[in-house]
Amino acid sequence: MALKMVKGSIDRMFDKNLQDLVRGIRNHKEDEAKYISQCIDEIKQELKQDNIAVKANAVCKLTYLQMLGYDISWAAFNIIEVMSASKFTFKRVGYLAASQCFHEGTDVIMLTTNQIRKDLSSPSQYDTGVALTGLSCFVTPDLARDLANDIMTLMSHTKPYIRKKAVLIMYKVFLKYPESLRPAFPRLKEKLEDPDPGVQSAAVNVICELARRNPKNYLSLAPLFFKLMTSSTNNWVLIKVIKLFGALTPLEPRLGKKLIEPLTNLIHSTSAMSLLYECVNTVIAVLISLSSGMPNHSASIQLCVQKLRILIEDSDQNLKYLGLLAMSKILKTHPKSVQSHKDLILQCLDDKDESIRLRALDLLYGMVSKKNLMEIVKKLMTHVDKAEGTTYRDELLTKIIDICSQANYQHITNFEWYISILVELTRLEGTRHGHLIAAQMLDVAIRVKAIRKFAVSQMSALLDSAHLVASSTQRNGICEVLYAAAWICGEFSEHLQGPQQTLEAMLRPKVTTLPGHIQAVYVQNVVKLYAAVLQQKEQAADTEAAQEVTQLLVERLPQFVQSADLEVQERASCILQLVKHVQKLQAKGVPVAEEVSALFAGELNPVAPKAQKKVPVPEGLDLDAWINEPPSDSESEDEKPKAIFHEEEPRHARRRQPEEDEEELARRREARKQEQANNPFYIKSSPSPQKPMTSHSRALVPGPNLSLGHLEYTSNAPMAHRYQDSPGVEHIPVVQIDLSVPLKVPGLPMSDQYVKLEEQRRHRQRLEKDKKRKKKEKGKRRHSSLPTESDEDIAPAQRVDIVTEEMPENALPSDEDDKDPNDPYRALDIDLDKPLADSEKLPVQKHRNAETVKSPEKEGVPGVEKKSKKPKKKEKKRKERESEKKDKKGEDLDFWLSTTPPPAAVPIPTPSTEELAVSTVAPAKGEGEELKREEPEDEEDSMDRDQEKKSSQHKKKKHRKEKEERPRDKKKVKKKQAAPLENGATEEEEPIPPMSSYCLLAENSYIKVTYDIQASLQKDSQVTVSVILENQSSSFLKNMELNVLDSLNTKMARPEGSSVHDGVPVPFQLPPGVSNEAQFVFTIQSIVMAQKLKGTLSFIAKDDEGATHEKLDFRLHFSCSSYLITTPCYSDAFAKLLESGDLSMNSIKVDGISMSFQNLLAKICFHHHFSVVERVDSCASMYSRSIQGHHVCLLVKKGENSVSVDGKCSDATLLSSLLEEMKTTLAQC
Amino acid sequence: MKREEKILYHNFYMPKPEEIQQQIVRETFHLVLKRDDNICNFLEGGSLIGGADYKLIYRHYATLYFVFCVDSSESELGILDLIQVFVETLDKCFENVCELDLIFHMDKVHYILQEVVMGGMVLETNMNEIVAQIEAQNRLEKSEGGLSAAPARAVSAVKNMNLPEIPRNINIGDLNIKVPNLSQFV
Repeated sequence: MALKMVKGSIDRMFDKNLQDLVRGIRNHKEDEAKYISQCIDEIKQELKQDNIAVKANAVCKLTYLQMLGYDISWAAFNIIEVMSASKFTFKRVGYLAASQCFHEGTDVIMLTTNQIRKDLSSPSQYDTGVALTGLSCFVTPDLARDLANDIMTLMSHTKPYIRKKAVLIMYKVFLKYPESLRPAFPRLKEKLEDPDPGVQSAAVNVICELARRNPKNYLSLAPLFFKLMTSSTNNWVLIKVIKLFGALTPLEPRLGKKLIEPLTNLIHSTSAMSLLYECVNTVIAVLISLSSGMPNHSASIQLCVQKLRILIEDSDQNLKYLGLLAMSKILKTHPKSVQSHKDLILQCLDDKDESIRLRALDLLYGMVSKKNLMEIVKKLMTHVDKAEGTTYRDELLTKIIDICSQANYQHITNFEWYISILVELTRLEGTRHGHLIAAQMLDVAIRVKAIRKFAVSQMSALLDSAHLVASSTQRNGICEVLYAAAWICGEFSEHLQGPQQTLEAMLRPKVTTLPGHIQAVYVQNVVKLYAAVLQQKEQAADTEAAQEVTQLLVERLPQFVQSADLEVQERASCILQLVKHVQKLQAKGVPVAEEVSALFAGELNPVAPKAQKKVPVPEGLDLDAWINEPPSDSESEDEKPKAIFHEEEPRHARRRQPEEDEEELARRREARKQEQANNPFYIKSSPSPQKPMTSHSRALVPGPNLSLGHLEYTSNAPMAHRYQDSPGVEHIPVVQIDLSVPLKVPGLPMSDQYVKLEEQRRHRQRLEKDKKRKKKEKGKRRHSSLPTESDEDIAPAQRVDIVTEEMPENALPSDEDDKDPNDPYRALDIDLDKPLADSEKLPVQKHRNAETVKSPEKEGVPGVEKKSKKPKKKEKKRKERESEKKDKKGEDLDFWLSTTPPPAAVPIPTPSTEELAVSTVAPAKGEGEELKREEPEDEEDSMDRDQEKKSSQHKKKKHRKEKEERPRDKKKVKKKQAAPLENGATEEEEPIPPMSSYCLLAENSYIKVTYDIQASLQKDSQVTVSVILENQSSSFLKNMELNVLDSLNTKMARPEGSSVHDGVPVPFQLPPGVSNEAQFVFTIQSIVMAQKLKGTLSFIAKDDEGATHEKLDFRLHFSCSSYLITTPCYSDAFAKLLESGDLSMNSIKVDGISMSFQNLLAKICFHHHFSVVERVDSCASMYSRSIQGHHVCLLVKKGENSVSVDGKCSDATLLSSLLEEMKTTLAQC
Repeated sequence: MKREEKILYHNFYMPKPEEIQQQIVRETFHLVLKRDDNICNFLEGGSLIGGADYKLIYRHYATLYFVFCVDSSESELGILDLIQVFVETLDKCFENVCELDLIFHMDKVHYILQEVVMGGMVLETNMNEIVAQIEAQNRLEKSEGGLSAAPARAVSAVKNMNLPEIPRNINIGDLNIKVPNLSQFV
């Protein structure tokens, strides 16, 4: 033995320590992986030794390897061993390793609970500290629950070092175990005023973090924080507090008013830039929250903007960056004050720092107006040309498009300009955003009708110029634009100047190098163009030319037929056949143009992106209902192959059909043509009604050489009107530019031209307006109006008819912001002003039975069930106390808020008018109003406070208000109970009747006993029975004891040391008229069958005459439903579960049901712990899970007067028991 | 996280699988490294580090970059100050800190950082307080004999000598100890 020890310690001499490992890795650069795997082998050997020092050394090395990316989870157990070492040195190594590699999925983590508890209560502060630090990294819900109480004790530790760590870790505990928030909060609040600055700062930290997620619960702390803000000198604390106020002010505008002064003082006085910056930020938040004007309002904005300008102009890039960031916040509400610093922001665009340029870009987005859009975009375009990196260039590109298209193209006055900007952007090589440009082109061309002619001309030029096609092979981003160009030219081919030329461009051999989806669009639109050309030629009676076009197509299309892309191939071969047929007809001299263009008749309207979703399902259509009842499971397997075989047959037949069809169709068409020709009443190929019009207007248009300016001056009519009247005129500049300006992309106009033109146009507009005004105001007294031009004055160059996208009727274009149900912070949305209830204590590890195993949502709303059944007296009292206290708190805050500014100056518009209304209206109506007002809660809260304030003057009203309190509470209760249905219920059909899960156990003249069984996921063979005992007599009830006769399967958990025949004492006594709740834990082996246990409640009833010993027998019914736990399930997971085939099936049907389906589901959810997976009309799928992991799936269908429930479950017995129970519930409906 | 040419050290407060950690570290490294000295020290969060609410804030000291990833509840300038506090603390604890200290004493760096940031939240910003706690813990460790207690320390002194000359087999009394593979010491 001794020898072994010696050997061990000498062995150790040659173990590598961390430094050796690091050195080794650095020396094995070329075969690092091999070296490390060798080291890991050594570490594994070391871990096998008994010596804790060796183990600790090994774990220390593992921690390093974990950092290099090696998985060390296999050593989790060894890490725990090292954590439990007695020496601090080793313990610290263990906790460090645990904090680096433990996470919620680590299964051995539960073994640490007791060790951590031991360390937390260690006499050495550093043992405690190291445990706290480690725990903060790997705390799990279980650890949080089990250790919350220990940590809370540490918050009052004598050493500030422990206190601050304990305070800080509480945030992690709250996150994992939200139930601990309310019990721990009072102490946390205390710590805000801890003498140690570190502890104070930690408390501020935690509360700020909490308040950031759910600010409204922390409003009542505002006075305390205000004190901190004005007294603290610690910049860290100040920054945190000021940030917190930024989050609170939106909820309470009066708070903002109070803040402005001290914040402004800080801004003026502080030398710390970080503090200054946060102050400015919060002032901005305050200003945003105060939407209505205040006299010194603009001064504050000016101060902020001015300070920010200093920051932006600073040479420190960090300050510059933050200044821009804050500026963008001001921009949202006070764009005017930022817009004056446009120069500065444009200057930032030239900065060498990309982050700063990006921030400046963001700002530009909000700064554009009709007036400066062109200028800003022009500037951006020059940056696009200069930009070196593609990422930044792409960012510029998207920003340009964002800026222009924002708010439904609100700022664009000249769409020709915008199209030419887009066209210029196509010159960017290697951008990823070709599709973005394409989408914009399509959107504008479709929705702005007036621009189509111009757009088409530009697009045809794009198609014509080879640069896009040429670049397509290497950089396929930008060639997406051709997709849009081809489509626009095809769809609006009637606007094309030279359709034949475009057609030829689209049929060039190079086109086949484009991506498949673009080629497909080409092929399709070639036909549209072809139709247009045919029409043109036939009108001109130029049959030869028409035939030539056809010939061109017949020659060129085969290149697409050979395409490897299926879509292209298919379209091309179809079209080729069509064209060949047309060719035959042409040979016979038959006019075909009309019929070919008929293929593409009708206009396409834009459809809103969400339209499809919004199409209401017609009444009576059940999308989930079977069209044909599916064959039952057993049969389906045999029949499947047959079914496939059956389907095969017609498919063969169908495939041959098209060819026959083609001939047949041709023949029929021929016959029809013949008939038409012979029919004198048939009007042959009448030209479309627009055609003569357009040609007419074209004839009216003066020659292209006439300058636009000239035209403008000669015309007296207002611009917009004229454009509307003669659509041809607006396009003159296009022609002019086409001829005169040499361009990078041949044949394309430069957007810059438009800037000049636009300026001229606006100038003229102004002149015209002035002239008009002069005329108008002649004779009248005239105010010398400055020639300032506001946005509204600029009339758009085109009659911009932005077609709104189509939506189905009755559909509202709402944006349902679906919140993430998995947000961990939502659970922390807890009212902290309510006093603690008796049930809300942190679990203390004394005895297993003492643990409360309530399900979390119930703990969150204490007393909800009780209340709904019958307002128990105690409960009521508590509620009253609560509401009083709340009101008082509200008053406190109110008082505090209204101290500095005189109350008269507080502009809260709601209460004064509302107040009047309430005081004149009869009480009954007031109640209704209270209910209505409930929806916006914050508002109501503040209103309540205001009411409260006034009610001190009107005492009568206060009295009534208390009365009102109750119905509102009731409604809240109802809401809460309907909660499990939320995911399934789309609309509220009718109020759901109040439900209670507590049912009567037994009753006599002394006492009434109700109970509820609660299961918890953590314990798979244990349930808690909560029993409410209500003293109905005038006697005092004491020595209550509950006993049951255990069955083999179900046993009551009794305190250690007691026999199975002993009862369990109820831990309280009941004075007359009082009720209280006791909990008893039962262990169950099998949960597939319902159970009934006989039991007795014995107690002593004592009154004036003496004491009697009383007994009350009962039967405790454990229904199978009580073993289920409401578990949400997604529909895809649900479907998978059903498909898995491991579930057995059963069903029931109940007749004579009058209840609405909605309420029915709510009942099932509530009483049987199911959750709705999906609901369609009168059919719903539901899911639940037992504590032992059985899946239970239900399909509930409602007929006229009946309900059928089909169930599937992993256990047949459980299912049938459940369905039996459900039958009883449903029969009561 | 902090790094020079190679990543020296990183610490995650949000559990992520090892591969993702490595990916984040690499990506951050490339992002930070290519930035000039005279541009701002903030980087907007990419999707990898948790989205727009997160920022990378870094400071550059000689060959070292110290990078913190924080969400919007932290003040940007405050974190820059915190990095300064952290580096100064390192300097005090290692007595003129240099790159090699950080390379070879990963564990100590961790312990120091743990006194500044705990579970992803700022714990202490007062440098004197931090240094005092670290020193107290070091004293405690010393009194316990430290992780690499006396014998190992002696050996590590031997190891630092000219290693190739150490014979493969050493005889100490009757015990024959085989040194597994000497080449790794080099």
